[in-house]
Amino acid sequence: MAIRVYVPNDTTALSLGADEVARALLHHATEQQVAVEVIRNGSRGLCWLEPLIEVDTGHGRVGYGPVEPEAVAGLVAAGLFEASPDHPGYLGPVDALPYLQRQQRLTFARIGLIDPLSLDDYRSHGGFDGLERALSCTAQGIVDDIQASGLRGRGGAAFPMGIKWQTVLDQPGDQQKYVVCNADEGDSGTFADRLVMECDPYLLIEGMVIAGLAVGATQGYIYLRSEYPLAKQRLEEAIARAEAAGYLGADLRGSDRSFWLEVRLGAGAYICGEETSLLESLEGKRGLVRAKPPLPAIRGLFGQPTVVNNVLSLAAVPFILAKGGAAYAHCGLGKSRGTLAVQLAGNIRRGGLVELAFGATLREILEDFGGGTRTGRPMKAVQVGGPLMAYLPESQWDTPLDYEAFAALGAGIGHGGVVVFDDAVDMGAQARFAMEFCAAESCGKCTPCRIGSVRGVEVIDRIRAGENPVANRALLEDLCETMVDGSLCAMGGMTPFPVQSILTHFPDDLMNTSPPSGPVER
Amino acid sequence: MPDPDTHEQQSEIIQQLVDRLRHKPGALLPILHAIQDRLGYVPEHAVPDIADRLRLTRAEVHGVISFYHHFRTRPPGAHVLQVCRAEACQAMAGRELEQHIKARLRVDYHATTIDREFTLEPVYCLGNCACAPSIRIDDRVYGRMTPARFDRLADDMTTVPLMLSPSGEV
Repeated sequence: MAIRVYVPNDTTALSLGADEVARALLHHATEQQVAVEVIRNGSRGLCWLEPLIEVDTGHGRVGYGPVEPEAVAGLVAAGLFEASPDHPGYLGPVDALPYLQRQQRLTFARIGLIDPLSLDDYRSHGGFDGLERALSCTAQGIVDDIQASGLRGRGGAAFPMGIKWQTVLDQPGDQQKYVVCNADEGDSGTFADRLVMECDPYLLIEGMVIAGLAVGATQGYIYLRSEYPLAKQRLEEAIARAEAAGYLGADLRGSDRSFWLEVRLGAGAYICGEETSLLESLEGKRGLVRAKPPLPAIRGLFGQPTVVNNVLSLAAVPFILAKGGAAYAHCGLGKSRGTLAVQLAGNIRRGGLVELAFGATLREILEDFGGGTRTGRPMKAVQVGGPLMAYLPESQWDTPLDYEAFAALGAGIGHGGVVVFDDAVDMGAQARFAMEFCAAESCGKCTPCRIGSVRGVEVIDRIRAGENPVANRALLEDLCETMVDGSLCAMGGMTPFPVQSILTHFPDDLMNTSPPSGPVER
Repeated sequence: MPDPDTHEQQSEIIQQLVDRLRHKPGALLPILHAIQDRLGYVPEHAVPDIADRLRLTRAEVHGVISFYHHFRTRPPGAHVLQVCRAEACQAMAGRELEQHIKARLRVDYHATTIDREFTLEPVYCLGNCACAPSIRIDDRVYGRMTPARFDRLADDMTTVPLMLSPSGEV
């Protein structure tokens, strides 16, 4: 029987040469006349070990990583095909790695284990159990399960998902309703949506079909950022296969219910991650933010009742339907129920995906999982939740991961991205970048955001150049307040958060003079 | 298939693409993507073609094209090179990499090298944040990028070495 070797095929593994690794493996296998079957699995989310290749020993999979293409010859010579431990890259049984052992993978239970596009793999790992149960429930029964799970939107706003679904369900049923998946994962430091779409695309499809059954929608759209070409390709293939197998389209699994799904590409606008801007974009317009109310749940896409949920929110749904709301709510802390997909990124030794019940402290994530910085220098600041969230100094790292605990700090968990900086970082430059990013990405509707961000860059440049620093600092504080209070959405309303956190916790970096760092990029 | 470079050839393609996609709800973005995927950019003269067929004003079509960073109205070089400018890459010397790439290619963002090999664009996150810094060339992302690795990559992808005088003048 052929030896089964797994080589991941998500963007991260590919960005580090996984295709070349797979080719080299096949080449050496042919040369040595060893029968080898290379299976392209998704990533397990152990990004620092990518490309992470695994050999099936017949009683579990042992790993080697990171394996660069040039290292394959040596690895094969050291006995890769016999799963030999005599190589510095040998990791032992992958399932036993502490990084995975310590996680609670409910949403990401399958990633890396399966061929992402294999329906058989998906089903044999519990896939579609949630949908099968949903098909036997009433719409209200599905929504009740989501309510019971305590699931809150994972895109950043943490709005209770059950309330949103109930609102759409309660709209008269004689009209078109929509389910829209927000896959415009634009926050730096986040890649969990991408992992779902590239490594377990049927999970998202299943979650969306269940959402459609719950609220009475027959059409879904996945609004995907154009920066994710591989996710697009994989989702479209998965949709075609799911439709052929009766999991999408008319008469779902012989139930007489229907749900169609289409991927729509964004076009490089960060603001389109904001739900009303996203809806405008789906309608073929400029992504200008809408005023709320009306809520999208009542008047959303093309003016119709619309569920708009993040990828991770929808990806949590199949587990909840399969195992029950209580099983999901069983883990967590306070009003933060279930698990959070932490994405460890930036200057970190062991970056990757860490799915954990809410409640672990940030320090546990940084140290126990992350293992310190990649450069080996001390950590200085950590930005949790994306570019619109605060930079946290060490004094705040003992905060538990919980929506309310982070909000109490004036910070947020956002989409779960954790970006680590070592002590070489210039926090003044980070403050400037926060404003610069807003200037580049503002939709332009609200003046405090559109103009304020440009003025913010200028004021920070003046402070950094030593021009009336005290007066300009007061001006910057005032500007931040105006943006927070005077913007419709989170773009203008939260861009000041990182700046304010730097004013509070790292004032010396900002106030000490250094030359400005270039013009505003647009 | 050679690049359609005459106005008429392009117009014919644009009209075909519009007709193929116009039935979709909210068809404008899919249409613009299809045109850019096919032609490499969205030519100025596409605006009236699209507007007429979708019953939109030219201003509406132009407004959408100009709103989104992804759409370009001039032909790009042989490769589109995106450099991530966002925080996770900054934390891993992304700013230094950015400077190196600009200096090495002698272009700033939104510009094409003089040999027309690379069009340089900023991007805010490629979703490869645990293996930063990252760049994207066409549809491939490259992680843990360093100036030395970039130079090797650029050499591999460039057919003729980029020869410029030290001052950057041709």
